Formats: sequence, structure tokens, C-alpha cells
Amino acid sequence: HLPSLRVQVLIRTIRTARTQAEEREMIQKECAAIRSSFREEDNTYRCRNVAKLLYMHMLGYPAHFGQLECLKLIASQKFTDKRIGYLGAMLLLDERQDVHLLMTNCIKNDLNHSTQYVQGLSLCTLGCMGSSEMCRDLAGEVEKLLKTSNSYLRKKAALCAVHVIRKVPELMEMFLPATKNLLSEKNHGVLHTSVVLLTEMCERSPDMLSHFRKLVPQLVRILKNLIMSGYSPEHDVSGISDPFLQVRILRLLRILGKGDDDSSEAMNDILAQVATNTETSKNVGNAILYETVLTIMDIKSESGLRVLAINILGRFLLNNDKNIRYVALTSLLKTVQTDHNAVQRHRSTIVDCLKDLDVSIKRRAMELSFALVNGNNIRGMMKELLYFLDSCDPDFKADCASGIFLAAEKYAPSKRWHIDTVMRVLTTAGSYVRDDSVPNLIQLITNSVEMHAYTVQRLYKALLDDISQQPLVQVASWCIGEYGDLLVSGQCEEEEPIQVSEDEVLDVLEGLLVSNLSTPVTRAYSLTAIMKLSTRFSSVNRIKKVVSIYGSSIDVELQQRAVEYNALFKKYDHMRPALLERMPIMEKTATNGPTDIAQTNGETDSTILDTKHLPSITHPARRCNYHICFCLAGIPPMTAYNKNGLKIEFTFERSNPSPNIAVITIHATNSTEADMTEFVFQAAVPKTFQLQLLSPSSNVVPALNQGSVTQVIRVLNPQKQQLRMRIKLTYTHKGSPVQDLAEVNNFPPQSWQ
Amino acid sequence: MIKFLLMVNKQGQTRLSKYYEQVELGKRAALEADVVRGCLARRKEECSFVEYKDYKLVYRQYAALFIVVGITENENELSIYELVHNFVEVLDKYFSRVSELDIMFNLDKVHIILDEMILNGHIVETNKNRILAPLLALDKMAES
Repeated sequence: HLPSLRVQVLIRTIRTARTQAEEREMIQKECAAIRSSFREEDNTYRCRNVAKLLYMHMLGYPAHFGQLECLKLIASQKFTDKRIGYLGAMLLLDERQDVHLLMTNCIKNDLNHSTQYVQGLSLCTLGCMGSSEMCRDLAGEVEKLLKTSNSYLRKKAALCAVHVIRKVPELMEMFLPATKNLLSEKNHGVLHTSVVLLTEMCERSPDMLSHFRKLVPQLVRILKNLIMSGYSPEHDVSGISDPFLQVRILRLLRILGKGDDDSSEAMNDILAQVATNTETSKNVGNAILYETVLTIMDIKSESGLRVLAINILGRFLLNNDKNIRYVALTSLLKTVQTDHNAVQRHRSTIVDCLKDLDVSIKRRAMELSFALVNGNNIRGMMKELLYFLDSCDPDFKADCASGIFLAAEKYAPSKRWHIDTVMRVLTTAGSYVRDDSVPNLIQLITNSVEMHAYTVQRLYKALLDDISQQPLVQVASWCIGEYGDLLVSGQCEEEEPIQVSEDEVLDVLEGLLVSNLSTPVTRAYSLTAIMKLSTRFSSVNRIKKVVSIYGSSIDVELQQRAVEYNALFKKYDHMRPALLERMPIMEKTATNGPTDIAQTNGETDSTILDTKHLPSITHPARRCNYHICFCLAGIPPMTAYNKNGLKIEFTFERSNPSPNIAVITIHATNSTEADMTEFVFQAAVPKTFQLQLLSPSSNVVPALNQGSVTQVIRVLNPQKQQLRMRIKLTYTHKGSPVQDLAEVNNFPPQSWQ
Repeated sequence: MIKFLLMVNKQGQTRLSKYYEQVELGKRAALEADVVRGCLARRKEECSFVEYKDYKLVYRQYAALFIVVGITENENELSIYELVHNFVEVLDKYFSRVSELDIMFNLDKVHIILDEMILNGHIVETNKNRILAPLLALDKMAES
């Protein structure tokens, strides 16, 4: 057999490999050699082989076949074997391997070994990866070691205990007695790990927390000694005595002082001392100050101390070291709600951080800036934030834009300023603005009545420059549709009115329809805008032409709109002005976020906005919609008349506010091969009833059942008597007038009961 | 607490990895590659703390090696930054001006040092002499 390679030799060999494939080959060869060595139970070289295996494992190659060997090494008597064995166990094993449990006995023995380094090894391993069963089995041993006077073992036992408690929380009680004099240790290692153990116990159990509050004076004393003692070479880091321990103690004090007046008072002085006396020229000092600030903010400290803490953070912000600026901004973000005024004082420094080169610093500065905006500083802050919006990374733009809109909404000093700010965001970051901002902005513009002319003019000019940013284009189209008349009449007061003709405006809107840059939603907006202009402009014919072209668009949305608008021109022209009337002021349903209107449809389009505000239910135009469900109140429809090819059906619904009113819709259909024109339906009811007949949908009943005429009848029936009706029908069929009378008596009981 | 400690060089090769929180063996390689990519992409003006998934990374560069420590949200970043330097100083003391090769060829010893400093994700000992004591004792045993 080839003598087993020494670890260094193997490493050197592997490093000579020039390709990944070559390396893999070498490793495979070595693994094969190691495997056969394991099979032969070679004791001499087992340690070396496992060490090699660990190196290869680190490179990413499988090493599971070495797991059992680690156990054999742990069981060996030689310290060098045990060392590698435990290391291997920690690196290669975890709870899920069956081999793991086999370690328990070895660890138990080693916890009681005569050599402290062996005991240390087993404590370390148990503390890193012991399973719950192992912890349960060995907790007693750990507890014993926690009480030993050997500081090397005591410190490790403390952290091992932390692991045991995490794995088996019920065992926490067991370690309580041993904690009694942990803090009287002189050894810093023990002190440090004891503080960690105490912290863990306090975090897990409110009872333990109250119990350990009595340690506050002792902790304060230890901290004081650390600060006041002179140079101590053992623990010195850049002139500060054991900063790691100081930080840990400060953290424990934070947990003990939180929510408790007495404890907080007991630590007030020492916190002030640390805050003022710590050397800040190096990172070490700042680490301690950072922890101090966090503690001051969390406990019930007096206001002077809190201001001191925030001022420390303010100084951090001016520090050249970017790490410190980062840490300061993170902390300020946490405290801005509770100590708002104190943080406000550092506003200008925070705003400067918007220009920092580090991404995380910029983000925090942005969040903080938004938190600090108020009615007094809105103009100045907005200038900075808009500048930031211009130059920041794309990842920020959406959040920044939303933040600006929110802030503007809350604190805008004037409507004009608000609109200008919105315009600025749309033009600089228009494509990053969130979808829900469009309906919000539309609502804002609608409600700023005196600014309509100014707004539409500015938006029009923005469109001339750039039509690629969809939210901007959508808002602009909507505005032009609504206020196009103000645009062409040149009514703007706020700035120089521009001269623009109806045709030019229509050119722009039509341009949006055909542009490749426009999304389907944008096209829908433009089409609707063009349609609205038909009641505001005089070039109705041009608009009619555009609308009819899109009646055959392959985009279904666009097609449907165009068809409906076409129908509006052809059959319901008398209703067009009312339908396309200017929008009324919308009521706000919520102070923040999208309004209810916007929430009806994830991708809002203005047709939905429009129809919700139409003069409503009595409008028969909506009733003729094929979307309507007939059996609205569960009352079955009935056939009232069926003669000579003319069939009239009644459908019912209960009018909710007044159950005495029955709302009946008649549907007249014609099965003959000729249209029935000049169709008029009339009805009469007995004296105890009242009847209201609304306008019919049309007066032509198309032949061959190709459509229907509908009309709504409202019957007031206060005495709840059986409903009876006499109807009269007149129409022209194939050139001759026709007239007929009929009685309708077969109303279903539910319609009048 | 500390979730893991990695030493990775600029080419992305891991020189040391220690996990204090259970990470599946199969996932470690991906995690290490990801973390290193993140750190290598950082510019000089950017700070040493990176937000990564639901925890943070503290990294420091020494010549061609990056030392990256993954920490939980509640850990003091500046303190860990200091700890990394402490670790390097201990290595410097033991190896007399430590280099990447020293670490590679003495992986087990570096682990021993690390185990004396950090246990179960928390700091155990920061005094250099006390940290190196067991290792020096081991070395003496090996010689004899």
C-alpha cells in the first residue's frame, strides 16, 4: 500500500490541478485510498485520513463515509485523535444522521475526563450540535461543570447550557442554582458567557426575568470597573477594556430594564457615563456607544438621557466611517416614532445621506426622510426628495414616488403645489409609479376644480414631449377627455395659455391609440377620452370615424368600447351629453391608499369610473344590457301577451328601499320576418294602484327575435292587492298600423304580496 | 447570535466554513457562493454590512481573503466587525503574519482557534493568550 499522504502534501497536490476535472480525479483517487484504509481499520493513519477528508469536504466533495470514523477517533485515547474526531463530528454530522446518537456515551465520558482540554472538546461539541435526547441525557454533567472553579471549563459549560436550554426548554430551571455566583467571577471569559446564559434565560421566561432583575446593581458595578480601570493588557482592544463584555452587559441591562422603572433608574447613571466617556475615535468605542444608545432607547430612561442618545446618533451620521452612518440610520428609524422631535433636529444630516454612495444607507435615509416630513418642512423636504427621485436607482423609484404622493397628499401647502409635485413625479419617474396611483391622481385632479385648466395644459404639454411613461399618459388622456374644452379655449390663469386647436388635440390622442409604446390600458383611456370630447368639441364627425374604426379592433377591450360608443352615436344620441358629462367631485372613502372606486378592478379603467357616476337605475339604457340577470328577486318571469308574433314578457324585481313598489321590466320580441316599428306600449291599473311608466329602450322591435324592446314599469301597491293590468299595444307592421288591447291577470303572487 | 463564519478568497474558493446554525450540507455550497458574490460586488465606498435574506452579513477584507460573518438582526454589527479583527489578530499571533496558505495547510488548527473563540454562535473568549493556550499545549504534546 502507498503510505498515506500527509495532509499538507495532499493539499499541495490538489492545488496543482489546472481544471475542475483534474481536481475531481485527484480527489476521487484519494477518497478511494482513504476508503480502503478505513476498511482495513488502520488506526495509525485514521486521524490523518479524516483530516484530509475534512479538507475535501470543505471543497464541496461528499465525505459521509467518514462519519463513523469520526466516532472511532472520538473514542480513542489519544488527544490528537479526539481533537480531529470531534472536529469531524461538528463538520460532518448533524442531528439527522443515526451515527449522531452513538456519540452520546463518548461525550459523557469525556465530560468527566481528567484532562481539561478533552472536557473542553466535548463541551464544545455538545454545545454545537447536541440533539434534544443528548441534551437531556447530559444536562446534569453540564450543570456540574457550570459550578466548577476551573474557568476554562466554566465558560464553555455556560454556553453549552445555552444550547441545552434551547433544545430542551423545560430544563432551564435546573441551571438556576448554578447561576448564583457566576457574576462574581474575575475571569472575563466566564463573565462573558455567563452574561450570555443569563440573557438567554431572561429572554425565554418572564419569571426568570423578574428573578434576575436583582442582578442589575452587580452588572452596573462590573461595567463601571471596566470603564474606570486603567489600561489592562489582558483585555485591551485599542485602548478600551474588553469591549465585547461591555456590549454584552449593556444588552442584558436593556432586557432587564425594559418596562421596569426601578431597574431603569438603577442603570441611568452608568449609561450616561458610558455615553459621555467612551472614546469615539475608533470603531471599538462606537460599537459600545451603539449598544448604549439602543439600551437607552429601550428602557424607561429619563428624557435628558434620551436626547443624549439621539445626539450620539446624530454625531454618528457625520462620521466618515460609512458603517457607523449605516448603524445610526438604522437606529434612528427605530426611534423616529417615539422621539420624533429629537430626531427632527438632525433632519438636514439625514437628508444629506440621500446622496451617499451606499445603497442601504440611501434606503434608510429615504425612509427616515419620509417619516420626518411635516407641514413645516414640506417644501424644503420635497425639493430634496424630488431631486433624489431623479437620480436614484430604479429599485427605489417606485417606493420613493409612492412616498412623495402620500406626503404631498397630507401636507400640500396649496393645490397648485400639489399638482406641480404630482406632475414632476409623473414626468421624471412616470414608468415606475405604481398602478394604483393613477386613480388616486385622477381623483385629486377632479377635486381641484380651480386648477383644471392649468392641469390639463401642463399634462398636454408633457404628452407632446414624451408618451412612453404609461401612468403619465393615462392620467393625461383622462384629463384631456374631461377638460379638453378648457384646453382649446385657452383659459389657463396660472400660466401663459397655449394655443391649440381641436384637431391638434385629437391628433395627440389618436397618436396614443396607434403608438407601439401604449399598453392596452392606455389605449382604452385614449379612446374614452376621444369619445368624451365629442360633447366638448365640434369635430364630432372626426370622432365618430375614429370610434367606428376601432369597432373592429382585435383588442377585445377596445372593440367593446368602440362598439358601445358607436351604439351611443347611432341609437342613443339623445343620451350622449348626459352620459359624457363632466365628472362630479368624488368623495374620499379613505385617507390613505386607493379609494373604493379604484379597488373594484385591479386594473382600473375609466369606463368603470364613468358608469358608477351615471344617473342611475331609472336609466333604461342600462337595463337593455344583456348582462342583467332576469330572476333578480327570485320571482319567475311571466308571459303577459303573445299574439301575431309579438311576445311580451314581464320580469320582476323588488325595489329594496320600498317593498311596496314592484319594478317590472317588459321585454317585447318579434318572431315575424318584418320589423315592428313605431312600437308603443301602454298600461293601466286599478284605482288602488299607482303606475309609473319609464321611457322605452327603443320603438322598433326587430324581426326574427333579433333583439328586444324593454321598458320599466313601477307599480306602487300599498294595500297589497292582487295585481291586475290592462295593456294597449300599437305598432306598424309591413306598412299597416296594428293596435291591440289585453288584460294581464296572471301575475305571480310574489310580485304583489 | 452568529449564524456562520466563512473565509473565502476572491476567486470564490472557501478556505474555512463554520456553521452555528443548522444548514443542510447540500445547501451550504450554494449559500457560500451566494454570499461571496454579494461581498465581491461591493464597492469600496459601501459599508461592511449587507442585508441578506432575513439576516445580515458583516464582512472584512484582508488582502485576498474575505471573512464573512452571518449574524441575526439583534446582534451589534460594529461589535462583530471588531470580533473579526480580533480573530485575525489571534491568527497573526499564532502563525506570525498569517497568510491564506497558512490557513489552507493548517485548517484543523484554525478550527481549534475558532472553537476557542466562538461557541454555539456566541463569543467565548477574546483574550489572545487564553485562546491559544490549548493549541500550544497540543503542539507541545505532538512534538514529544
